[in-house]
Amino acid sequence: MASETLTSTEYIKHHLTNLTYGQFPDGHWGLAHSAAEAKAMGFWAINVDSMAWSLVLGLFFFFLFRSVAKKVTAGVPGGMQNFIEWIIEFIDTSVRGSFTGNNPLIAPLALTVFMWIWLMNFMDLIAVDLLPQLFALFGVHFLKVVPSTDPNITFGMSIAVFWLILYYSVKRKGVGGFVGELSLMPFQAKNKVVQGLFIPVNLLLEGVSLIAKPVSLALRLFGNMYAGEMIFILIAIMYGAGWAMGAFAGVLQLGWAIFHILIITLQAFIFMTLTIVYMDMAHQEHH
Amino acid sequence: MNINATLIGQFIAFFVFVWFVMKYVWPPLINVLNERKQTIADGLAAAERGKNQQVLAEQHAAEVIHEAKGRAAEILAKAEKRASEIVEEAKDAARTEGDRIKAAANAEIEQEVSRAREQLRGQVVSLAVVGAGKVLKRELDAKTHDDLLQDLVAQL
Repeated sequence: MASETLTSTEYIKHHLTNLTYGQFPDGHWGLAHSAAEAKAMGFWAINVDSMAWSLVLGLFFFFLFRSVAKKVTAGVPGGMQNFIEWIIEFIDTSVRGSFTGNNPLIAPLALTVFMWIWLMNFMDLIAVDLLPQLFALFGVHFLKVVPSTDPNITFGMSIAVFWLILYYSVKRKGVGGFVGELSLMPFQAKNKVVQGLFIPVNLLLEGVSLIAKPVSLALRLFGNMYAGEMIFILIAIMYGAGWAMGAFAGVLQLGWAIFHILIITLQAFIFMTLTIVYMDMAHQEHH
Repeated sequence: MNINATLIGQFIAFFVFVWFVMKYVWPPLINVLNERKQTIADGLAAAERGKNQQVLAEQHAAEVIHEAKGRAAEILAKAEKRASEIVEEAKDAARTEGDRIKAAANAEIEQEVSRAREQLRGQVVSLAVVGAGKVLKRELDAKTHDDLLQDLVAQL
């Protein structure tokens, strides 16, 4: 599907560039026309495509569930309610399995994380060129349709989870308890002086493991989705290389798409499970 | 792939969605699931209870039938006994009544006999007087010979 005028490199680059809105170095605001321009906009720019798809999918998720929740019945459930209940049951089981505390936020948090990330990942299964080409007709020159291949999105969520970890750690254990947890473990000693020497070591170890939580959450999701999308793009390039390669590419694409159904679900599930586990750890008191 | 304000946008959107889901989506759905779970549990418990009650009811019914049969037999025996008693009583009454009637009849017969005898005696006396008169060819003074006549009557 790569057009004659585009080289493969350009094609890939084009697919990996976000539609970025921000301030140009000369001071005016607008959409960047190249990756370099987007980079030059610095931090105070926004990836319009990622953000918009993310919000659209989030709203889709919310209104889908809200519409069922409004006319939900404890009697015999209909088709849609059955499907939603199946998901709710699955989330509820996961939360009960991993989270031992009692917090009404955790299950809705897990549901949101799972469904939203799953929907964002699902965008990966739509043919890579379909939506960008469609929007190009309306003058949108860059479009990345899979929000979870944008590190901003994955980090946005993992940092939100990180904030919740910090908030509940401090709320449950107090500032002293939380700092104590970070500085007095894993190395402990009866002797006060030795314990004092251990504090910086413990702080370093626990600090790293604390910071690793949001970073690993975000990068795992981003890496998987980014790699998956990259393979779809590479397969799409093969369509331009004659009918034999095109047919081979069709088989590959089908295979990878089927395999990818597993990956998108798995990644959403991992993000959700780790979120629950981190929340559980934040709620538990260590002595 | 630059880190930019999209991160902050997603960060805010995340909390907004989680809050809305916690407020408007999760509670009604999970309540309904729990409600249905409760309904099913109640239904199963009720079925179990019903089964137990059926067993108890069957036992009770068997007991009642057994008792009823026993009482029916008892009543039958009593009735038979009473019937034979009534028959005996009737027999006794009939016998007594018969005896009484027989006695009354005998008494009446006796009375009739004695009355007839008296009458006959009277007639015999007058016949005898008439006969004697004729035989003697003279009229007897009934008054004079009254004690004689009375003596004669007593001998009849």
